[in-house]
Amino acid sequence: MAGLDLWAMAFVFMLATFIGFDVIRNVSRLLHTPLMSLTNAISAIAVVGSLIITGEEKTTFSTVLGAVAVAASVTNIVSGFLITDRMLRMFKRREPGQ
Amino acid sequence: MSPELIYNVTQGSYLAAAALFIFSLRWLSRPETARRGVLAGVLGMVAAIVGTLVHPDIAHYEWIAVGVVVGTVVGVPLSRVALTAVPQRTALSHAFGGLAAGLVGTAKYALWLESGEMTAFRMFAITVEIILGFLTFTGSLMAAGKLQEVIPTRPITYRNQNFINLSLLAIAIGAGLWLVVDPTQWQLFPVIVALSLLFGVLLIIPIGGADMPTVISLLNSYAGLSAVAMGFVLENKVLIIAGALDGSSGFILSVIMCRAMNRSFTNVLFGAFGQVQAVAVHGEQKAVKSATAQDAADLLDTASQVVIVPGYGMAVAQAQHRVHELRDQLAKRGIGVKFAIHPVAGRMPGHMNVLLAEAEIPYDELVEMDDINPDFPQTDVVLVVGANDVVNPAARHDKSSPIYGMPILDVDKAKSVIAIKRSMNPGFAGIDNELYTADNTVMVFGDAKAVIGDIVKAMTGGSGIH
Repeated sequence: MAGLDLWAMAFVFMLATFIGFDVIRNVSRLLHTPLMSLTNAISAIAVVGSLIITGEEKTTFSTVLGAVAVAASVTNIVSGFLITDRMLRMFKRREPGQ
Repeated sequence: MSPELIYNVTQGSYLAAAALFIFSLRWLSRPETARRGVLAGVLGMVAAIVGTLVHPDIAHYEWIAVGVVVGTVVGVPLSRVALTAVPQRTALSHAFGGLAAGLVGTAKYALWLESGEMTAFRMFAITVEIILGFLTFTGSLMAAGKLQEVIPTRPITYRNQNFINLSLLAIAIGAGLWLVVDPTQWQLFPVIVALSLLFGVLLIIPIGGADMPTVISLLNSYAGLSAVAMGFVLENKVLIIAGALDGSSGFILSVIMCRAMNRSFTNVLFGAFGQVQAVAVHGEQKAVKSATAQDAADLLDTASQVVIVPGYGMAVAQAQHRVHELRDQLAKRGIGVKFAIHPVAGRMPGHMNVLLAEAEIPYDELVEMDDINPDFPQTDVVLVVGANDVVNPAARHDKSSPIYGMPILDVDKAKSVIAIKRSMNPGFAGIDNELYTADNTVMVFGDAKAVIGDIVKAMTGGSGIH
């Protein structure tokens, strides 16, 4: 079973990479800085792993490492989404008649 | 809830999160829909977190709460930094991403070793996760330090640098493979962690400040890949998907940055750029034509098409808002204005666009290099503000120039060029710029903010010019 799941994960990785290349290639160069902060926030989904390790409290060692990882990921989620939105709000079109 | 139901709720929320993340990046492709992309990303994140918190193993919330509070307290101020500091913030967030991956890998190793659940595959995934995670952590901290200029931006080199660095990495990988064969050799684990941390530092210190856009993108890719490795460790598919999106994004951006500088990955990582730039000044120095702000204003007044070429020097001089005033003056006279954006203008991909957007310059006037280059021969006046190497025609024809082959903005093909510069000191790469001595170029010396302010004054009133 474990072997089967390994391959399923490998396929997911391969397909997601192709989707990533395709989607990212279409992002206007205008927005490459917000792109980087947004993908940063998204990959902080790593928080789900840290949440389980912290919340199950199996050993003090794993709980402390987990809590630091939660803090690091939450920092990326909070600052990543907020700064992306802050930057995107600045992009304005020319007002008519200007 | 029955365990089966919980499992389905969790997986369902992960599936929704993955779809929302893909939508998020799709909507980011255009400024009109980009903010919707942020919303989709937030919703995906919330879905995944809620789906995780129903997990029956999560029994205690105190430490989670501590982590969330600390993360929020650190994260909110980090989202409010000046836009010139966005590259540093980005590098820091790659560091946090790498750190989280490294710590989760370490915790999982200890837990599985104790419970006897370690398998060869898990050990292999953990090895990849901690090497990538910890080298991204220290490497990104070094990159952030260089961008913030708390550590020297010049390349730091020593003898046999590449050999030593790669040997350290090879030892770490070797130790990791040993662990895959025999996971109980726990004393190897701290060795791998220490070597990865050290390798991250040594990988970045020989890289000069000019290469930071590529380095940030590459570290972005590593941070994504360490999240993928974490996904393999935890058998979590949404992590693999999000990490793969981040990893491929970082990879594409680094390829774009490398192409824009005509460099290869190996050259950026192992070339110690900026080391041997003591290029001999060939031939006699031609004289430059110096002009005043008034002359520049008069020249701009006669134009019907103007292109402004901003470089990072403009941001350093905090001249963006003055540039906006100048743009308004030109537009008021019916003069067409565009901004030519070189891919490496600024310190990270797309940085210049954000800096100009902050100065309220409409984004439809920001034109990429490949789109604006054909327009230069029809352009009456090009105003170069704080850009240097990206407008140096030597890149097209001088095979001895270190920037030969680098794609540039063909500013020299315009009818006339005004270059604002603090002094005749050569730019970051220490290369003479023949644009400044060309027949159709005039130089206005001084601080970019003051000079552009004077040009605007000369156009509006004519008085008060020194």
